[in-house]
Formats: sequence, C-alpha cells, structure tokens
Amino acid sequence: MAVQDAAARWDALGSRDASSRDAAMENIHQEVMRRVEGIGPIPKAPSSPPATATGLASDLNNILARVLMLSKRCPYSDVREKCKRILKSVQDLGVRIPRPLGNGPSRFIPEKEILQVSKVDTRTQTIFEDAFAALGRLDNISLVMGFHPQYLESFLRTQHYLLQMDGPLPLHYRHYIGIMAAARHQCSYLVNLHVNDFLQVGGDPKWLNGLDGAPQKLQALGELNKILAHRPWLLTKAHIESLLKAEEHSWSLAELIHAVVLLTHYHSLSSFTFGCGITPDIHTEGGHTFRPPSLSSGYCVCDIANGNGNGALEEMLGNHQLAEASGEVEVLMERMKQLQECRDEEEASQEEMTTRFEREKTESMLVSTSEDEENVPSRDISRHFEDPSYGYKDFSRRGEHVPTFRVQDYSWEDHGYSLVNRLYPDVGQLLDEKFQIAFNLTYNTMAMHQGVDTSMLRRAIWNYIHCMFGIRYDDYDYGEINQLLDRSFKVYIKTMVCSPEKTTKRMYESFWRQFQHSEKVHVNLLLMEARMQAELLYALRALTQYMT
Amino acid sequence: MAVMEKMTRASSGGMISGRTMFCHLDAPANAISVCRDATQVVVAGRNIFKIFALEDEGFVERLNLRVGRKPSLNFSCADVMWHQMEENLLATAATNGAVVTWNLGRPCRNKQEQLFTEHKRTVNKVCFHPTEVHMLLSGSQDGYMKCFDLRKKESVSTFSGQSESVRDVQFSMKDYFTFAASFENGNVQLWDIRRPDRYERMFTAHTGPVFCCDWHPEDRGWLATGGRDKMVKVWDMTTNRAKEIFCVQTIASVARVKWRPERKWHLATCSMMVDHNIYVWDVRRPYIPFATFEEHKDVTTGIVWRHQHDPDFLLSGSKDSTLYQHMFKDASRPVDRANPEGLCFGLFGDLAFAAKESLMSGEVGRKPYAGGDRRYPIFFFKKPDVTEQFAQVSSALSVFETAPGGAPMDWFIKTARRYLLSGRPFAELCEHNAKVAKDLNRPQVSTTWTMLRIMFSDPANPSSSSNHNLSKLGNLPLMNSFSMKEMSSALTERNKENRQDNIHNLDSNLNTTEDNEETEGSEGQAEYLFGDAELDDDDLYSMEHENQAAEEAEFSLPQEAFPLRHEIVDHPSAPEPLTEKPESPHVSGSEAEATCLTPMESFSLISVSSSLLFPPHLPPAFFSPVVIAMLRYYAEQGDVQMAVSVLIVLGDRIRREIDELTQEHWYMSYIDLLQRFELWNVSNEVIKLSTCGAISCLNQASTTLHINCSNCKRPMNNRGWICDRCHQCASVCAVCHHVVKGVFVWCQGCSHGGHLTHIMDWLRNSTYCPAACGHQCEYT
Repeated sequence: MAVQDAAARWDALGSRDASSRDAAMENIHQEVMRRVEGIGPIPKAPSSPPATATGLASDLNNILARVLMLSKRCPYSDVREKCKRILKSVQDLGVRIPRPLGNGPSRFIPEKEILQVSKVDTRTQTIFEDAFAALGRLDNISLVMGFHPQYLESFLRTQHYLLQMDGPLPLHYRHYIGIMAAARHQCSYLVNLHVNDFLQVGGDPKWLNGLDGAPQKLQALGELNKILAHRPWLLTKAHIESLLKAEEHSWSLAELIHAVVLLTHYHSLSSFTFGCGITPDIHTEGGHTFRPPSLSSGYCVCDIANGNGNGALEEMLGNHQLAEASGEVEVLMERMKQLQECRDEEEASQEEMTTRFEREKTESMLVSTSEDEENVPSRDISRHFEDPSYGYKDFSRRGEHVPTFRVQDYSWEDHGYSLVNRLYPDVGQLLDEKFQIAFNLTYNTMAMHQGVDTSMLRRAIWNYIHCMFGIRYDDYDYGEINQLLDRSFKVYIKTMVCSPEKTTKRMYESFWRQFQHSEKVHVNLLLMEARMQAELLYALRALTQYMT
Repeated sequence: MAVMEKMTRASSGGMISGRTMFCHLDAPANAISVCRDATQVVVAGRNIFKIFALEDEGFVERLNLRVGRKPSLNFSCADVMWHQMEENLLATAATNGAVVTWNLGRPCRNKQEQLFTEHKRTVNKVCFHPTEVHMLLSGSQDGYMKCFDLRKKESVSTFSGQSESVRDVQFSMKDYFTFAASFENGNVQLWDIRRPDRYERMFTAHTGPVFCCDWHPEDRGWLATGGRDKMVKVWDMTTNRAKEIFCVQTIASVARVKWRPERKWHLATCSMMVDHNIYVWDVRRPYIPFATFEEHKDVTTGIVWRHQHDPDFLLSGSKDSTLYQHMFKDASRPVDRANPEGLCFGLFGDLAFAAKESLMSGEVGRKPYAGGDRRYPIFFFKKPDVTEQFAQVSSALSVFETAPGGAPMDWFIKTARRYLLSGRPFAELCEHNAKVAKDLNRPQVSTTWTMLRIMFSDPANPSSSSNHNLSKLGNLPLMNSFSMKEMSSALTERNKENRQDNIHNLDSNLNTTEDNEETEGSEGQAEYLFGDAELDDDDLYSMEHENQAAEEAEFSLPQEAFPLRHEIVDHPSAPEPLTEKPESPHVSGSEAEATCLTPMESFSLISVSSSLLFPPHLPPAFFSPVVIAMLRYYAEQGDVQMAVSVLIVLGDRIRREIDELTQEHWYMSYIDLLQRFELWNVSNEVIKLSTCGAISCLNQASTTLHINCSNCKRPMNNRGWICDRCHQCASVCAVCHHVVKGVFVWCQGCSHGGHLTHIMDWLRNSTYCPAACGHQCEYT
C-alpha cells in the first residue's frame, strides 16, 4: 500500500498542469522531511560507514536518488528547481545526499551537448514530456535519441505498444523476455531497467535467479534467443516447430511473434546502448553515489573496465589527429560524388558483383573486434541465459557455407510486414514506420557541410550490416561499401552489431572524427534498425517456412 | 501479361483444349507469361527461365533460356512478359535492376537480345505496349519508370515517381497513350506516355504498397488494384476523380490481380503470403470467392489466363516449383460448400434463422411453434444464369419472437442486479441471495443458497438437532423446484406452463410422491432436501440419491456417491403419475426442450439412522464434492449465473477444488451474458471479485478513452491535457475557469464541462451551456 502511495506521488509529477506538479512536489518534500526526521539525530561522526544505515535510511536514500534524478532529468524546469532545493535543504540538515556518477547519459557524448537539445527544440521537449508522463522517468536512451526527435517519437510509440498495450503476452513475460534478450549481450543497463519494471508489474522475483527459475515456456525461448542474437542465419523451421509443439508449454503463433519482436528489439537496443555508451540512469544502482567526490574516483567503474581510463590522454591524441583527419569528410564526399557520376561507366560484370558481395562478407568477418578484454558484467547477468560461450560466429569462416539470404525473395516490405501484421496487428505498421524513419532520416548534412545527399552513405551502412548477416541485395554493388566505409568505421559497426559489449570509447571516437555527435547517434540508429530487421527477417522466414 | 492484342472471337473458342495438369519446375517461379496463340508459356524466377509448350497431355519443355556456365544475375527474373504481337520477343525484369529482351529467333543458344541497365534497383515489372511493337515499359524499386524503344540502345523517356518504389506498370488496353503505375506508398498514378514530366492523375488506392494493377480488357475505365492491405479495389477512371466501384476483401496481401477474359465481373487474384490459393471473384459478390484453385502448396507468384478470349484456362506458377494449368470446370466453388443456414439467438430469447428458400418453403405450412410467432421473411434473389454465374441463391430469414409478456430473461437481470456477492458476512450473503431467488419464484435456487449457508457457516449453533424434526416433515411443504435450462426457456411459453404445473404438482403431492426412478437416475445429481417451512434450522442435508439406473450411461454428469447412502435412502418402486412427463410426446421431440422439462427432484425419507451415521457436526470440506457437483450441474444446465455467484460467495471455501480453466470458462460466460444485457456494473463487480488471473486482468486491458479538445473540437492524440493544435488546456471548468482535477463532467453535445458540483449548480438555474455556446446541455 505504501508502495502504491509512493508510486502515485511520483506519477503526479508527470502531469502537464503546473499546479498539480507543484502539489506533488510539496508532497514529496514533506515525505523526505518526515523520513529525515525519522532517522533521528544525524550521526555526528561523518565517517560512519553507510552500511550501518537502517532500513529507513536506505529508504530515504532511494527517495533522494530519485529526487536527484528528477533534478537532472525531469523535462519540467520547475520540478528540477524544486528537487534541487529539496536536496539542498536536506543537505543543510546534515544528511548525505547523492551525486550523479559519470558524465551524463552517455559516456561518449558530453552531457552538455545532449541536454542542449531538449532546451532548444520544442518538439523534443513535448516528446520528453510525454515519455515522462508515461513512465515517470526519462531514461538515458531517450535522452540520447533526443538528437533525432522524429525517430524518437516512433521508437517510443513502438516500445510503448510492445510493452504496455494489448498483446498476446502478459506484461511480466514481456519484461522478462526483454531481460533475456539484453542479458544475451550482457547489457546491464537494460537488464536493470527491466528487472525493475518486471517486479513492478508483479513478476515473480524467483524468475530473476536465472532462466531455470522461469516457467518452462520461457526456458524454451532461450535457444531462440541465443541463435537470434548471435547467428540468426542458423534459424530453421525446426526451431519454430519445437516451440510451437511442446505440449502444454507450447507457444501460440501470436505469442511467438510478440516474443520474436521483443527479442530483436532488445538485441538491437543493446547494440545502441553500448554503441552510444549509455550510462546507468541516475536513480538506479550505479548511477549515483553517496560518496563525496574525490580525485581518485574520477572515472566510473565501467570506464575503467572498458579501458577508457585514459580518456584525457585520448582526447589529446584525438586533437592531435584531428588535424590530419580533417580531410576525411571531403574525401568521403568526393567518393560519393564519383560513385554517383561514373556509375554507368564502370559496368561491373555479374561475376564481379557476386565476388564483391562475397568479399565484403568475408572481410566483415576478418574485421577483428580488436579489444578482446573480458567485460565484467556489473550485476550477475549471465544467470539470465545459458551457454555464455555462444557468441557471434562468422558464418563463412569455418567452411560451413550458408546459402545467402536474398532480400528479393523475402523482404520486410512484402513478406515480413504481412506476417507480423497478421499475427500481431498494428505492430507490423509500427515497425514499418520505424524502419522507414530510420532509413530515410537525413538532415542533408555531413559534418560541417550542408545540402549533401547522404542516401548513398546510409544505404551503404544499412547494406553492410545486412551483409554481415549474409543478407544480399541483388541490386546493390557491394564495391560501394568499400569505397565509403573506412576500416575504423567497419570495426565499429562490426563490434556494435555482433558483440556490442566490446564497444569502447576509443572505437566510438576513432571513426568519423569530424562528424557531430548527433550524426554518430544517427549512425547508431541505423545500425540498430538494420540489425533488428536482419534478425526479424531470419526469424520471420523460418516462421513462414514453418507455416507452409 | 493481361495486355493482349485484340482478336476476333471466332479465332479463339474451340481451338484450345486441355485438362488440369501440372509439371515440376526445378526452382520456384516468380512470374509466368503466355504467348499470343496460347500454345507456349514462359516461366521465370531466380533460378529458372524456361519455355514450356502447352499440349493436351501435359507441359513439354521447349527451351531453357538460362544458358552459360555461371548464369549472371540478369537471369534472376522478378517479372517476365511475352510480347503479344511479336511471338519471338520476350522481356524480363531482373532483380539486379536490368531489363533484358530476348529474341527466340536468334540462331545461337543465347537468346539475349538487349540489355538495359539504367535502373539502379530491382525492376519489379516490365510491360509491352499492346499495339506498338517496339515499346517497352519498366517500373523499378528506385522510383523510376522507363520507356524503351527496342530499336534504340537506351530508354527514350523516364518517368519519376518521386523516389517511391514502383510495383506495377500496365498499359491501358484502350487508350493508346495511357499507362497506370502503382507505388509502394499506396498511390496509383496515371501517365501519358508523351509527357514524362508530370503524371496526369494520382490517387491513393490502398494503405501500404499497391502490389499490382490490371486494366479491364473490355471496359475502358476500369482498373483493378490489389495491395498489402488485403484488398482488391476496382476503380472507375472515366470520371474526374477516380471512383472506387467495387472492393473485395481477401484474407492475405494481394500479389497479382488479373481480369478474367469474357467475363465482365470476374477477376483472379493470388496472394503474396500465407495463402496459397488462387481465387476468382465476382466483384459484385465480394464476400465469397466465385471459384478457388487449391492445388499449390506454397504461395502462388504468377497467374495468367491462357488465352485472352478463353475464360476456362488459367495458368499459374508458384514458389513450390510447380506450373499448373487449371481448368475452370475443375475449380472448387466455395459457395457450394458454404453453409447457407444461419441461426442466432437474440438477447431476450428471440431466434433468427436464415436458410435456403427451398428448404424453408417445405416447412412454412407446418407452423412448428405454437403461439406468438411472427415471421419476417427477407428474400434475396438473383437471376439464374448460365453455369458461369453464382448458383441461384435465395434465402429466407425468419425471426421468432417469444410471446409478449413472456420476458423470459427478466429473472436473469433481476437476479444479477439484486444478488449480493461481497461486502457482508457469508451467512448474510447467502440469506439475502436466497431471498432474492425466492422472490423471483425460483425456489430451488433459493434452497441451494440456504443450504450453502448451513453447510459452510460456522456452526455457532451446533447441529445436534439434525434429526429431531423428522416428525415435522410430514406436514411441511418442501422448498423445491426444478432446475431448468434457462437459456432455452424462451423457446416456448407452453413449457413454462408445464413447469408451473410441475412445481405445483410436486409441491402439493409432496408427501405422497415417491419420485420416479428414471429421471433421478439419469440426472444422477438430484438433491434431497428436508426442511421446515422457515428453513431456519440446520436440518438440511444434501444427499445424493443412490444411483440405481447407473446403466443409463448416456448421461455423463458427475456422480458423487456416499458410501452409506443405500442404507438410509428408501427407494419407492412405484412411480407416480408424474413420471409420464419425460416421455410426453411434445417434449421428446427436441433435445433442448427435454432438458427443460425433465423433472429433477425426487424425495426420499431419510431414515432415523442418519443421526448415527453422520457425526452431528460435519466439517465444511465434507460438502465440497456435493457443492462442486451442484455447481457443475447448474453450469451445465445453463444457469452459469448461479455457478459464478456461488463461486464468488463461497470464495476460498470451494475455489481450490475446481480447476482454473472451468472457473475461467464460467466467469467468461457469465460476464459475456451480463454485458449483453448491458449490466456493466454487475459485470465489473464480477470481474473485480473473480480470483482468476485471466479474468481480473480484463479490467486492465483495452480501456481507451478518445477525447476531443473542447476548444478546437479536434481529437487529442497527446497524453495529458494540452491540445496539440490550439495549445490550450482542454480541461477547464466552464463555470469557474479553473483547471479541473479529479472528476470532470462534460456535455457530449458541446464538449463543455467542468467541476461536477459547479455544473450541477449551474444546471439548476439554466438549461444552457455555461460556456455560452448556446447548446442546451444534457447530462444524464
């Protein structure tokens, strides 16, 4: 009951009406004060370890963390102000208040740049307000995507539909599948986010101990999750059949489609999370600290783990390299122009085209994911999936030749859409819109240049990712990829798509050095959607094969 | 493909013969096309490009156009078309963006004639001009349509679809210069071949891609389009704005559409996903296909009528690697299999029945039901025609109403409204419900409630007196009734009277009636009730009759057996006159009525020994099997209301004994009924009180409020209360002009409103809207 009260209290902050927000704030303020008093006399010795804090104190800390989050992330300035005041007054009473860890929503992008966006653009502001009203929080993913409000809107609508609206799966199943998918990539950010949501919608905490604790039906999904995440081309109708025909634990077609969409959504979202270096939300574990800032703890733990400790050094190096890299954009633009013009002259033979595709495919395998350091998952995430050794394996390397997937034979627009929409109404439409927005999104700029037609570049990125999954477009000359995407960019793409947990800040910074952060986020969106579509295509094709 | 040269009718007709036949291809087909004289067909796909001759016995492979050691992507065809004037000329659209023409007259093995690689993306469609020998049109994924003159090396004109992918292009049959193009965004454009700068006309035909279009071979203005939205639409293009004249809803996205030759209203379709059949529709009858070809085992990718003047042969290629020739006479006609009878119960027991006229006419005179029947015949005739028409369909619809005053479902509504399901102690609930049932003249239900109270109440007053009043029994009327199948009770008024008689009989004959063996055996479930008139004591025992007639196995009701029963129950052997009821002729006619009338009750005297056999106070669990059986019995009799109500009231006392699915089923049925009777409050209460997860979440799903802004009257699609368009707060009280929080009441006519109290105050003085909009507000 108390929990519900509290939830209602926070919810009211999402109201569009300033006075009701005001009232809610007042309410929270009182609550905080009441708890502060409840703790009693402030311990005199400031060095007393926080571990001795009573349950009440930890309760207070949770609230304070949340207030801190609001003071930074709430789209309403009045709430932000009031939260700051609360924190200040509490601090004046001698209570230790938290401070955010890390530098804003992303480790890769300076906080200033991200938050600037919301202040300038009214559209982004409205979307943020909507998201805040719906969820009571504004997660870091949305903040980073705020660079591209058009896409963000579609993304949030789809995600909201998948998680909250009518659908074949019960709510806690949906979050659990999200956890399973994110855990596959050891994405602690998404796992934590959905563990909370999962518990909130009444999920059984026992399930969180590992897949063994979950119902058999969900356990059966583990195999699909694994294959889909790392080697979707191995998916066959036998897998589908085993899920659909498992006696009392079997899935219905509609449920399975829902699950597949969720899995692919969270696989690709994990890619985005790592690709943009999303940091934990302020109010969640790892997003804040009660320790006073000290010089030694200048970096977040995860930074160190990812080898980003020498960020400052890197920046210097980066500046140094900037000079020599300044020509990069011009070179790229020149190439695009050339390709556009002399397309008709250099008429490559068909064999040549095929070889180009194969070469690109093989090369994409050889692009080493360089840093092979082991990433330590912050929470014990590995328990959510089995067989942690199962990873992306280059499908053409060990001679096991898989027939190429031809888009002309099974495309999203013609086939995938119809199947999804048939079994899970409206989702096909939502995904279709999202893919289209992601693919067609352009501001006609490249770094500092205006009025550039970037369609060629976007298509190259999209097709390169599909190529990594063995999906081929008959009507595309894969030589273009080689011209347009340089090696460091390929490394980044490959890492992000195939083993996102290995993405590092260095990779993020070493490609396209002159481009804006917003453009790099744009690239990330493309990667994410292309990956999702690739996985979906394999899954849906297997489903179609099963059905015929 | 459908574009064919005009020929005289005489030249066709008897020339073509054949049968339904097929041949295996080596690979899935993407498209097929026939040559002008209908003797050969070309099949094209990613890995196949062959020409077959159509002979009487079967397909004969004539030519493999896929030559060369390592065939290039130019052979990977998305579409193919055979020229309708030049019989050696073919064109294919390749997935890699090439448009290729082939000349069968070339002496060498490679028949490729010209190669146009102007498109950047996959070419979806190629189309020859129907009368102009050298003109070829292509439509591609890159958003361009190109017109080629085959005498030149490159395209003569390019038409831009504004970067929307082109899915189909078709030359008009009658207008020399016109062609239609369909697009991925749902648009259809009409172009003049002489004006590449701008389309003549554009309209949105479908939501989502339009996969195909086809001009009517005879009618100048008709264009059929098929889209991903599963619809086939026929447009009249002769008017100023394209007008949709027919619309056929199919079950899957439409991949191809082809008008049937010589049949003005017919067209054939096949789908892109999921559905493998080919349908021929009569556009005037959009709900049922006129004919269906069900031979393919994977999606059909190409269909073409074999000859432009012969409606009987249809060729089709499929992903399952087969090529079929379908004979129209072999097609299955769904209409023959469709069940032309329909039956539906109305809410208040009305019965609507539709059947073939022929079937009905035989019975019209018979008057199967006595009393207040009224008939509303509705006739739907269609003129019989040749075999190429839908079979004559005419059906009659009859509606049977129950006699006025019967209002047989009244008790249901009243019961639902008056029952108490929670909020009071258990005993009170039972008592209240028993009283309700009694008021509504349903004594058996009433008794059940009383018994439940006794069985499950805490034995505050110990039931030591369980057998003391046997002596009283003789002169007390027994609370008793039948259970009836309420749902079908509307069928006849007469039954009702019988029932009343029955009750009366039973009541009056109580002391002498030793009941009939047959019925109680068959129901296996009867309850034996003892009690005094006030039912104020604890002496009611629900007993199970010993089932002597167990051999009558056709009744499958669960039977509970108490081991000691046969010692205490006395079985009279002589049936009373009542017994004839079940066998009475008017009942035996219909099964439904039989259940209605079967008397259930039987009475036996409990012997004194009962006090020895049962301990004076029984734990509630002792009764569970009986109660469960009782619940099942009620549910099966159609009184799901009783079952659910008891389930809720008993709550944990019984819940665990019944499996979830059954409970859920009962709840669902009851809620459904309640909602049909618009008893929303009751239904919500039931949902709330239910303990089934699947039921209680009903309240949390699908609740959507659509709100219009009170200022600009446009829908608010944003969450929250700020209107997107006029940027005003929509929830301002019209009286005090403050934002309303909490209960907001507003007029549905003018959408003004405000605080509940303010509005109530206002309306006391005025009937007009407080916002002075002049609307006479109505609040109900």
